[in-house]
Amino acid sequence: MSEPVTVHVPRDATAKALGAEQVAAAIAAEAARRHLAVRLVRNGSRGLFWLEPLVEVTTAAGRIGYGPVQAGDVAALFDAGLLGGGAHALRLGPVDEIPELRRQERLTFARCGVIDPLDLADYRAHGGLRGLANALTMDSDAIVRVVTESGLRGRGGAAFPTGIKWKTAQAAQADRKYIVCNADEGDSGTFADRMLLEGDPFALIEGMVIAGLAVGATMGYVYIRSEYPDAWHTFNAALAAARAGGVLGDAVLGSGRHFHLEARLGAGAYICGEETSLLESLEGKRGMVRYKPPLPAIKGLFGKPTVINNLVTLASVPAILDHGAAWYAGYGMGRSRGTLPIQLAGNIRRGGLIEKAFGVSLRELIEDFGGGTLSGRPVRTAQVGGPLGAYIPPAQFDTPLDYEAYAAIKGMVGHGGVVVFDDSVDMAQQARFAMAFCALESCGKCTPCRIGSTRGVEVIDRMIAGAERDKNEALLRDLCDTMVNGSLCALGGMAPFPVLSALDHYPEDFRRAAGDRAA
Amino acid sequence: MMESRARSATPPGGIAPALPPAQIATVHEVIARLQEQPGALLPILHGVQDALGHIPDGAVGPIAHALNLTRAEVHGVLTFYHWFRREKPGRHVLHLCRAEACQAVGATALEQHAQRTLGTDFHGTSVDGAITLEPAYCLGNCACGPSLLLDGELHARVTPQRFDALIAAARKA
Ligand SMILES: Cc1cc2nc3c(=O)[nH]c(=O)nc-3n(C[C@H](O)[C@H](O)[C@H](O)COP(=O)(O)O)c2cc1C
Ligand code: SF4
Ligand code: FES
Repeated sequence: MSEPVTVHVPRDATAKALGAEQVAAAIAAEAARRHLAVRLVRNGSRGLFWLEPLVEVTTAAGRIGYGPVQAGDVAALFDAGLLGGGAHALRLGPVDEIPELRRQERLTFARCGVIDPLDLADYRAHGGLRGLANALTMDSDAIVRVVTESGLRGRGGAAFPTGIKWKTAQAAQADRKYIVCNADEGDSGTFADRMLLEGDPFALIEGMVIAGLAVGATMGYVYIRSEYPDAWHTFNAALAAARAGGVLGDAVLGSGRHFHLEARLGAGAYICGEETSLLESLEGKRGMVRYKPPLPAIKGLFGKPTVINNLVTLASVPAILDHGAAWYAGYGMGRSRGTLPIQLAGNIRRGGLIEKAFGVSLRELIEDFGGGTLSGRPVRTAQVGGPLGAYIPPAQFDTPLDYEAYAAIKGMVGHGGVVVFDDSVDMAQQARFAMAFCALESCGKCTPCRIGSTRGVEVIDRMIAGAERDKNEALLRDLCDTMVNGSLCALGGMAPFPVLSALDHYPEDFRRAAGDRAA
Repeated sequence: MMESRARSATPPGGIAPALPPAQIATVHEVIARLQEQPGALLPILHGVQDALGHIPDGAVGPIAHALNLTRAEVHGVLTFYHWFRREKPGRHVLHLCRAEACQAVGATALEQHAQRTLGTDFHGTSVDGAITLEPAYCLGNCACGPSLLLDGELHARVTPQRFDALIAAARKA
């Protein structure tokens, strides 16, 4: 046999759910049958989910893509000369030239879908560990300064400046400090954390080691939701590889510094994405939200200073330490620096992950990248920022994705989830769901959240039934007000946003009932 | 539409049924393996559920004892988290996504189809003992919904027809 041809078939959970496992097996079998040498690599996903399973063949002209491939296509693909990048109806050409990929700014997701996520050598060959190597030559102040100057803000929802958080933990005096990664990714419509756990887990590990060096922590935890069994397994395998490869342990990259890291599994509670609830959960308790202060950076996990960051925040750090603060800050707009991995989901033709500099609009995302709805019907709304995010009407689709611009229209960028709905959506039902979800997931500490959300469902039900519409609308707005102002955390404090946005932009959906008794 | 956190219960401090010896041995093995780590309770609860399919009431006492907690504390944690199950599940566990991105592509209709064809509400098991139906609020497959996990394996773009085929295959397995 001649030199084996390298073929990539993703091991990402969505790609597998669309048949990638069967495709990989069919390629191996077909190659064997034809006595052709193939080196099969299981990469993460590029995030072009409408093309998954996306098979990539390495040729002299670069990586040539084919997709979406099903196992039944494989024999014909071989007939067409798959291994030489041959012509076929499923051939997409050079993967880097696919328009929806080429028009992205892939900083944090640069390697996702490109490398073998469990191969440290592949990681290094694509720029991995350079940021950490730099950090090892710097003092902790200098590392914190780079992160501060990059303008990086938390990607978990609250958009707090990461450098300031790290500075606080660095300044705290303690015998032990922790780095915690929030990979609970509870927001519906989001999968960026999952994709990195499955597609470039070493980037997270490297980011956490750098965070440890910056604040003086030697132990870290990654809290992964139980709904992500694939990510859990892949990340644990990556941890083992990072330990064996000397990235983790008592001599980080051969230096005298140590950092240990473990993964922990959540248990299906949305509130455990809230940082203090997550810390309670890591301590083995119910996920009850803590009062702040003290900040976790001062008194966090097991009472020790703790940096808790979203996964995307931490995974963005290695590239910043590699290329410098100015490089990262050079992307974006206003006070939103760098890039955001936007997750285009719901009723969308070309759904997936789009990493773009801040400032891109929903219109560009939904129309140019997404190609409109999957159903082919008109877009009626998009919920941005997860279950606590507002429903944005098309009239506001030109608003640039930027933390401040979204706050100005009573919206939230959050973790970057964009869920598209066509005109068959019933916005009163969506409002009802937001309240019901809040009731289901409330930790129970505050009355406005715990009781108010249940009342909210009842009031919306009365509105849907057409009973005393104006009175109930006033009651609902009042209730939302109480929740916004009287809740300890953003679950109760922001669940009203999807409700109010539905009410403000789609009042007709609350007035559908025949025989409305209080017009 | 959605149920509250607490499910049926032996009250904390109440008399829990004794576990069969094999289950006792499993519970003790899980405890011994995991109890030394900080914040060991969730890992232990996961360990027991992975091994037994659920966390029987009789496991609460030994776990509490090993971690120096009260049974009420362990019970409180166990019932706080939606993932943990106190009743024995069917032969297969199905988590059906009910969240917004899946709603946008027909999850609500799929949910009704699932409940009707399996003859059970969420948290229940089909009469033949084959499938336990659990709700999930996002499985991270939001660009290709409706989504479900069947015994931990993700399935995408699940139409009612695909659902029926998956269930039929699981029933045969
Ligand atoms: C109800 C609720 C759920 C949350 N869920 C998540 C989550 O799933 N992932 C996440 O990173 N942050 C989540 N957050 C935000 C965290 O509390 C916290 O701000 C974040 O982990 C800090 O990291 P960052 O600064 O890197 O964003 C949630 C907050 C609330 C109030
Ligand atoms: S707002 Fe709700 S979830 Fe948040 S602390 Fe209060 S009761 Fe708990
Ligand atoms: S909303 Fe169903 S998988 Fe995310």
